[in-house]
Amino acid sequence: MDPEPKKPEDSPSNSGNSHGPVHPQSPFPDEALEKVLSFVDSHKDRSSISLVRKDWYNAERWTRSKLFIGNCYAVSPEIVAKRFRRIKSVTLKGKPRFSDFNMLPLDWGADVYPWLVMFAKVYPFLEELRLKRMTITDEGLELLAKSFPCFKALSLSSCDGFTENGLKAIASHCRNLTEVNIQDSITEDVGGGWLSCFPENFSSLEILNFSSLNGDVNFDDLERLVSRCKLLRVLKVNESITLDELQRLLVHAPRLTELGTGSFLQELTPRQYEEIETAFCNCRNLQVLSGLWEATSVYLPLLYGACASLTFLNLSVATTLQSGEFAKFLAHCPNLRCLWVSDTVEDKGLEAVGLSCPLLEELRVYPADPYDRDHLDGVTELGFLAVSRGCPKLHYVLYFCRRMTNAAVVTIVQNCPNFTHFRLCIMTPSQPDYLTNEPMDEAFGAVVKTCPKIKRLSVSGLLTDRTFEYIGKYAKDLETLSVAFAGSSDWGMQCIMEGCPKLRKLEIRDCPFGDAALLSGREKYEMMRSLWMSACSVTMKGCRLLARESPRLNVEVIREEGGNEAQALKVYVYRSVAGPRQDAPPFVLTL
Amino acid sequence: MPADLNLRLGLPGSDQTDVDAAKSNKRASPEKAEDTASNGVPAAKSADDHETAPAPKAQIVGWPPVKSYRKSTAAAVKKAEAESGMYVKVSMDGAPYLRKIDIKLYNGYSHLLTALEDMFKLSIEREGYKGSEYAPAYEDKDGDLMLVGDVPWEMFMSSCKRLRIMRGADARGLGCAQ
Repeated sequence: MDPEPKKPEDSPSNSGNSHGPVHPQSPFPDEALEKVLSFVDSHKDRSSISLVRKDWYNAERWTRSKLFIGNCYAVSPEIVAKRFRRIKSVTLKGKPRFSDFNMLPLDWGADVYPWLVMFAKVYPFLEELRLKRMTITDEGLELLAKSFPCFKALSLSSCDGFTENGLKAIASHCRNLTEVNIQDSITEDVGGGWLSCFPENFSSLEILNFSSLNGDVNFDDLERLVSRCKLLRVLKVNESITLDELQRLLVHAPRLTELGTGSFLQELTPRQYEEIETAFCNCRNLQVLSGLWEATSVYLPLLYGACASLTFLNLSVATTLQSGEFAKFLAHCPNLRCLWVSDTVEDKGLEAVGLSCPLLEELRVYPADPYDRDHLDGVTELGFLAVSRGCPKLHYVLYFCRRMTNAAVVTIVQNCPNFTHFRLCIMTPSQPDYLTNEPMDEAFGAVVKTCPKIKRLSVSGLLTDRTFEYIGKYAKDLETLSVAFAGSSDWGMQCIMEGCPKLRKLEIRDCPFGDAALLSGREKYEMMRSLWMSACSVTMKGCRLLARESPRLNVEVIREEGGNEAQALKVYVYRSVAGPRQDAPPFVLTL
Repeated sequence: MPADLNLRLGLPGSDQTDVDAAKSNKRASPEKAEDTASNGVPAAKSADDHETAPAPKAQIVGWPPVKSYRKSTAAAVKKAEAESGMYVKVSMDGAPYLRKIDIKLYNGYSHLLTALEDMFKLSIEREGYKGSEYAPAYEDKDGDLMLVGDVPWEMFMSSCKRLRIMRGADARGLGCAQ
């Protein structure tokens, strides 16, 4: 394209030219810039683009159609509405991650309703809404259902606040829905009746995930829905759907790429067995498989025909699976890249992973029985070692185990130096290396020294400040750090705040870090998304000091009953251009 | 009482226990810091210290960091309930000492009564207490003495605080069971 310089008066973005130093005229006409920008999807790239110069900022804001807000309180609906005028897709994240583990009181906030009101006014052509850890009420879902005629995709991850009435509104009013995904958003009140509310002529659904739903579903209505949605490629049902019901669904949707089964425990007649086996064999495009509640050796072979192209297998709720049958099953899944299992497969099962899954990149091992105080079952360092030996491409691990050694972790990262996400949870807090009885400092030291690309780290076990010295010094690309029951003094946290240049999210609980540690990060918090500190040694005085020094930070303290007045037991610090929260409940103090 | 007769955690001659030091937020030198985190859970000790922090036995909120919905898979729930145990004292009229049983181990009334019969070497009436043998009674949450068997088993499990095997003659006033 021939770049013709546009005259400043004709350009809609002429504001940059009359003040400050003279900028050379942009070689690109605005239309060209906007055309180029329409290909830029990543919000991080767009953010960088908007900082180059004023006309680029404007071109970017006119062309952005996907909005990503990592912390709903970092900005306000009003500010967003003023800057962006043509948004079609919104992703909003709310509560701090520790809310998943019941560490936040109910009614803490992150209600999406005010955002929906603004969207209804300013973005009537909204097509997608993706929420994570936010509260959405039935009122909100109804507003959503009635305000956006083009609405296509709803995804709720770890959300709450709604009942099936809200979902009924969505099902009844949204004519063009392609995606309804309530993933892991569980509330007691969400039954399955809404699945019967899709109109008879509704057929656009491509993604349906109600795997976390507690209640029963009208199967006939579900079957009719699946049979008329010819484009359905992702179907994840809940535990109430039986094997033979699943077979009937599969007959209508053989082109599924992602399947979440229901309960895998059922007395089957030989004919039923054959029918189900055939149905699975016909699913030649299956890449993702999950569900399999109560799966046992008797019925796992039903799946063999569907496993050839499987890349992601999620067996995390199949807590009755034992190592032997798991190993046999794995032999049929040579193309696995991502595997989530329950620790009932034990070290032996993980040995099978090492032998059968050479392409594995991601492994997550969840505890079947996390509240068992003795942790006598489950996996150990041996399982992790076995996987690292057989899976050199491994770069993402989440591992809940009952014991670990420094030596094992050193070997593991030598086998797999490409770790980007290393989340190790030794389930008994502050547990040392079980062979040497020493702290686990050297383990995490090895991780950060050997894996230059490490982006996310969760540490556990007995840890001194030395661990944090290592992390601060070596983990140059670290963005997310989770710390629990670790460290010896303020120095530990200071090492992190003074190192780790790319740190964005820091969550700390039950560590001996106090005001000095908190304040050591005062210059860093504005470059981060958020900091969470709970059950540490931070005081109200320290928090007030931080708040006073940093007007662009919201320093919030969550007060709980029976706490010492001077202590700040739950502290949440985050940058914001919107100022203090307007909707803070009485137990949240913004300092 | 002279200070040196007090049992405490500190070294002989020190004025405060390490625990007290933590509570007042005074910090020892970094290498020896031994704080308890504010919820009472012992924090990690430095490598110089050869004792390791005792694993807390109480249920810690939010630990291990597993999402709530994962807790609700059927198997995990059953196992968690089995683990917690529900011990109640069992007394028998005329016996010199009591026994203790875990009601969670039984899957119904008849299972429970059979176990009690074995334990006390007697015979318990199942239907229509005619006053000739023993009748099983229990003390509920409100402290009232109730006849075993009237309410659904689950409800019984959650409301039973104590079991009492009464001599048939005394139980006549309690009426019929199922």
